[in-house]
Amino acid sequence: MNNVRFLIARRVVQITIILLYFGANYYGWKMLAGNLSSSLILGTIPLSDPYAVLQMFVAGAAISSNILIGAVIIFLFYAIFGGRAFCSWVCPVNIITDAANWTRRKFGFDMVAKKQPSTRNLRYWVLLISLIISFFLGLAAFEFISPISMIHRGIIFGMGFGWAAMVILYLFDLFVLKNGWCGHICPLGGFYSIIGKFRLLKVRHDSVACTGCMKCKVVCPESQVLHMIDKVSIPVTSGECTNCGRCIDVCEDNALGFFLKVDNNNKKGEINNEKNE
Amino acid sequence: MSLSRRDFLKSTAAASAAAAVGISIPDDVQAAANATQDKWRWDKAACRFCGTGCGIMLATKGEGKNRKIVAVKGDPAAPVNRGLNCIKGYFNAKIMYGADRLTTPLLRMNDKGEFDKHGRFAPVSWKRAFDEMESHIRYALKKNGPEAVAVFGSGQYTIMEGYAAQKMMKGGFRSNAIDPNARHCMASAVVGFYQTFGIDEPSGCYDDIELTDTIIAWGSNMAEMHPILWSRCTDRKLSNPDRVKVVSIQTYTHRTCDLADDTIIFRPQTDLLLWNYVAREIVYNHPEAIDWDFIKKHIVFTAGPVNIGYGMRRAGEPSLKAGRYDAKEMQTIKKEMSKKVGSREAPALAPYGYKEGDVMKNTGGTLKHWHISFEEYKKSLEPYTLDYVAKVAKGDPDESLDSYKAKLKRLASYYVEKGRKVVSFWTMGMNQHTRGTWVNTLSYNAHFLVNKQAKPGNGAYSLTGQPSACGTAREVGTFCHRLPADMMVKSAKHRKITESGWHIPHGTLNPVGNQHIIKIHRDIEDRFVKFAWVNVCNAYQDSASAKHWLKAAREIDDFFLVTSDGYPGISAMVSDLVLPSAMIYEKWGAYGNAERRSQHWRQQVLPVGDSMSDTWQWVELSKRFTVDDLWGPYTLRNGKKLADVRGAARAMGYSGNSTMFDVLFANDRAKAFKADRVNDPIQRGYDDSEVFGDERNVVGSDGKVFKGYGFFIHKYLWEEYADFGRGHGHDLAPFDVYHRVRGLRWPVVNGKETLWRFNGEYDPYVKHYAGPDADFAFYGPLAKNLLQGNLRGPDKSLGKKALKNKAKIFARPYMDPPEMPDTEYDTWLCTGRVLEHWHSGTMTMRVPELFRAVPEALCYMNPKDADKKGLKRGELAWVESRRGKVKARVETRGRNRPPRGLVFIPWFDEKILINKVCLDATCPMSKQTDYKKCAVKIYKV
Amino acid sequence: MNHKQDKVKSYRQPLSKSRRGFLGTTRNIGLAILGGLTWSAYVDEAKANKLLLRPPGALDESDFLKTCIKCGLCVDACRNRDGNVIFDNKGQRIGTKDPTLRLAAPGDNKPLGTPFFIARENPCFMCDDIPCVPACPSGALDLLSVTNKKTKKLDVNMAKMGLAVVHKESCIAYWGLQCDACYRACPLLGKALTIDMQMNKRTGKHAFLLPVVHSDICTGCGLCEKACVVEKAAIFVLPREFAMGRVGTHYVKGWDKKDQQRVGEAQSIHTVTKRSEKRAIDKLNNLGGLLDE
Repeated sequence: MNNVRFLIARRVVQITIILLYFGANYYGWKMLAGNLSSSLILGTIPLSDPYAVLQMFVAGAAISSNILIGAVIIFLFYAIFGGRAFCSWVCPVNIITDAANWTRRKFGFDMVAKKQPSTRNLRYWVLLISLIISFFLGLAAFEFISPISMIHRGIIFGMGFGWAAMVILYLFDLFVLKNGWCGHICPLGGFYSIIGKFRLLKVRHDSVACTGCMKCKVVCPESQVLHMIDKVSIPVTSGECTNCGRCIDVCEDNALGFFLKVDNNNKKGEINNEKNE
Repeated sequence: MSLSRRDFLKSTAAASAAAAVGISIPDDVQAAANATQDKWRWDKAACRFCGTGCGIMLATKGEGKNRKIVAVKGDPAAPVNRGLNCIKGYFNAKIMYGADRLTTPLLRMNDKGEFDKHGRFAPVSWKRAFDEMESHIRYALKKNGPEAVAVFGSGQYTIMEGYAAQKMMKGGFRSNAIDPNARHCMASAVVGFYQTFGIDEPSGCYDDIELTDTIIAWGSNMAEMHPILWSRCTDRKLSNPDRVKVVSIQTYTHRTCDLADDTIIFRPQTDLLLWNYVAREIVYNHPEAIDWDFIKKHIVFTAGPVNIGYGMRRAGEPSLKAGRYDAKEMQTIKKEMSKKVGSREAPALAPYGYKEGDVMKNTGGTLKHWHISFEEYKKSLEPYTLDYVAKVAKGDPDESLDSYKAKLKRLASYYVEKGRKVVSFWTMGMNQHTRGTWVNTLSYNAHFLVNKQAKPGNGAYSLTGQPSACGTAREVGTFCHRLPADMMVKSAKHRKITESGWHIPHGTLNPVGNQHIIKIHRDIEDRFVKFAWVNVCNAYQDSASAKHWLKAAREIDDFFLVTSDGYPGISAMVSDLVLPSAMIYEKWGAYGNAERRSQHWRQQVLPVGDSMSDTWQWVELSKRFTVDDLWGPYTLRNGKKLADVRGAARAMGYSGNSTMFDVLFANDRAKAFKADRVNDPIQRGYDDSEVFGDERNVVGSDGKVFKGYGFFIHKYLWEEYADFGRGHGHDLAPFDVYHRVRGLRWPVVNGKETLWRFNGEYDPYVKHYAGPDADFAFYGPLAKNLLQGNLRGPDKSLGKKALKNKAKIFARPYMDPPEMPDTEYDTWLCTGRVLEHWHSGTMTMRVPELFRAVPEALCYMNPKDADKKGLKRGELAWVESRRGKVKARVETRGRNRPPRGLVFIPWFDEKILINKVCLDATCPMSKQTDYKKCAVKIYKV
Repeated sequence: MNHKQDKVKSYRQPLSKSRRGFLGTTRNIGLAILGGLTWSAYVDEAKANKLLLRPPGALDESDFLKTCIKCGLCVDACRNRDGNVIFDNKGQRIGTKDPTLRLAAPGDNKPLGTPFFIARENPCFMCDDIPCVPACPSGALDLLSVTNKKTKKLDVNMAKMGLAVVHKESCIAYWGLQCDACYRACPLLGKALTIDMQMNKRTGKHAFLLPVVHSDICTGCGLCEKACVVEKAAIFVLPREFAMGRVGTHYVKGWDKKDQQRVGEAQSIHTVTKRSEKRAIDKLNNLGGLLDE
């Protein structure tokens, strides 16, 4: 059980959130209504997707105070605390792309095409383009094609052909590009990568305890963020880390763990690092 | 009898209407057949729905079993509708092809295949179905006599079905416990006709609409319930908008008010006040308007008792003693025995010797009445001053008294104005009324006083709700108290005429005919009736206080309920045996509409599944019972004896083993009507499942394939029935004639139809009864010899006085209904119909277009009431009376706009069974239930 | 031959790091432009689908598309509105009916994620408390547009979701049949939808009862479209900008003072046609072929 602790926790959180939304629609629950674009907690606290709001702003929409407050709350939460945790703890697409990844590993598709044909920086380009299109077409461009909301809305409000988006993402990640959607293209992931740069919640690494088994790098959907493994005891600082905790789950040597950088004096990770030098 | 087209043209005032009558069908069919490809066969029929009686054309395609109705259109040659129908009319075919059509008999059974009251429905053969019916009827006869066998009949029976049913019931089983749902719809009008004219059915015809100057709708949403007639009213209004006035007198604002110059909203029950006000205006303020010549020649004044109760259960009835009615229900029911005179009714009752606070002891309904003088009549009108009437009758609390008074004055002025023609139409508002008979007779008063009755463009005119309420229920006599052609079971003379006509022994017919619909329900609940059969109606959805009847149907172990229907409705759900009935155009038939027009049609297609017509079901049932089985001695509930007529039957040539089939249906007279599909132009080319059987090869009641009776049974039933009326003011033309014309308005004398009865210019019977110079003769024979007295009662010492050929003006006061809103139940409930659905919705709720248009019954409510009760539009609310409650969705906008204090809920929706809430109070004279008013409370779910 | 081989060889030579970076970036930019253009084309196409009905109080379509965040809170509100929730006899909630509002899902061919309704299937019931509008966090459903300025209360009659249009040829009332199913279904009957009565000369005794929609009152709720009894509704709701013409400012009712207010924003007039595009003096100085035989 220990090696799937965070995995299970994440699934529980992801599904609970969807259930709450679903219940709000179908059963009239008040806990969490709406969807990931914008929602309302207990009928009072607004939450909004800051990236969507940014696009709306660029598109020239008048942003209502509710939406703005909601976006600020979410922005602050991830910027200060969670970083890119949205991707692994909330986003429903994560379940699909994780499944594709698992299939890849299980059946050895990784061996077939080792070379990745694309750079992970693509997502920042997509992010930029989304804002440009939003500006010129006068609407939130990514929201019109986003498979995230398609799937998420589909579960809550009715799927239509949204299941096709699920299949496409799965097949894309499975056969075309490893970690293709979440790791390369998704501009929302890109957005959270940028704002999550200075988050408090990070993964620490203890290179002393590390045996160099590299299991963490195998499971990591953004393995480039684990460049320090078995080398130096520094925390994972890249904003691209989704704080999914898979690396911690699979580490059998207690060399990885979450830690909260509450203040700058308690640089736990760095202390380890110095000691080992 | 020959039909001449010239005769028709001469006899009618509106030549255009009659022009179509003479058009013969074969030409028309020929023309239609030539014009269409694909071997479509067009044939005429009457619409299945309301009492308007629109003509339709049906196109069928295919052969034998595969022949299906493919198209429906309005019949351009039909004088009533000229090719137009309301939206329902076009679905006359679709109603037959619903997905859950019943196709085989279904019996409640246990695992062993035995009948079990508490079992589940499973398919059985027709033979088994009739076995069960036979054994349960035998049980009922043995246990409580013929009165324990009952039938819920219908104003939607074809004339032949109704005739067959009543012949078997009254002639065979010797039970008068057959009563149609027309009791719920027309009974007050009927008693009104009897009391006023001495004979049933309206004096006018639809041509009145084109000829009148004033259309006054009293308690009738004609725009929705008689759309085609309303279209004609609209046309009349448009033809001369300044001259033609339309007044809508209702308890809430609805579609009919749209066309009205004045809409008068009255407090439920106070139409009694309004009619008396109009009469008072004439008598007191415009005596010059009274046509004294007419009055002296043709009218007498009469009065009857006022302490007649409300037709509810009376003290001592078994179910009251058994405590089946709880304390809340008894609050209302106890008023049946005695009531305190209230402040609203006290002024109106003063001339009858009552004052406010007096306790009125009620005697139970009576038709008794006696002569009074004009002065006495005038005295009875004295209280109905404008101030009193406006104060009590104003139904909309948000309307000013002055505006209301002005409207009432205008209303009276239309009746008063010389040279202004006036038609007063009404439907259920005045019939479904605890004083329905009274208010019906009051309508004629106003018209008689100014001589505006039974003349072209003039008259009080009762519109029927059902397609054959007039033609079948009333004229054929499927009421418990009636026999064919206006004869009464109570009259020894009438019984004798009927027995002769039926070739059954004198003394066979039962003289006690008191089991009207609500009484049958009550007799079942009282554990007296042991077998009941629902025919062409939905008795368990359409009867008020429904909870009692539904419970009784399911909870009394030795009571057996059979329902014949096309679809599984509420009545079928609570039945023990369900029989699949052929629907409207799957059989030969005839209907009679509200202008006395009889219309026939042929069988167009074979029935679905193993369905068979109701006529067939009755005739098959008659095979199960012999002379010896049924015609022995009986003691009736009231102690009277029914004679043993088996000997007399033998003397007539029947044997003890002669079945009722041999005696009543397959006798020599019947066999003279030949089945002939080769030479008879009427039968040629058409199916007739009863006469020939059909290629479905339905296995019949004897377990063998049914091959047909071999004689033309429909024609036999028609001709035998018609013979009762011929020569007595009810003359019908020969069977074949109706297949050549678009209906004829009886009496049809020498081939001529009659447009205005009792009027010498149009009605040949006037001269027949009153001599060649008579201008009018109200020749109806009933109650034409009366005692004399004053408003408080008859004085027997004065003796009886005859009133041959005269009509009556009745003194009848306003009285409160038995249940009125109070602090707890603070709102009036009115029920009714909507255009889109027919009656209980069994057929129309299965038509996708109609279902989509109106999928559920709504609770129409004033927005201020909704606000006050904290109800939002679209929200579900409980509507609760002392008898039960239903949940309905609140609607504060739209077609029906009640004043504060009243809600309207239509009854078509079996999911919102509003009759659980309604009160089974009836007009104590006509026994028709008042569905238009009871007290409810409404609150959030 | 040789030349060719050289070229092949040169391809195989390892690229310099800077050149590699440059090519990679170019490739990314190229891909980005390709993707961006495709994306724009798709989104532009999607937003061009304007034949759809929005909830009450919706901003005009282009502002609506900008402002709506696609959260579905209006759909939540519509599904859970009073009267849509089904209770059992004990008052326990057992479910809901399908709501009027839906969020466009893939396959609906509507701008994805935005709320709309299909009047024929499930029209707007015009709830008095219009629950969907206050639920909107973004202002895409504008509360002010459905608030009575005097009473400060919500007034659903002010909603302008669309406009009902009658197709006469398929409307059976124009044949003379007694229908008015739409009229009876109208929550603003007698105001938004009236019956024009005309005599039926063919039968000589019936009347046409023709439905007429009044655009100033009609909210576009679609209850008429749902009720219509013909196969494909003869009365149907279109977005107002599709269903309505515009007179412009050059026709003014001389007999109606109010109509002058309508053209209050008229601009000073300057016109150009093919005939007037040349300067007057140039035209006068050029006889052209005027004097030709």
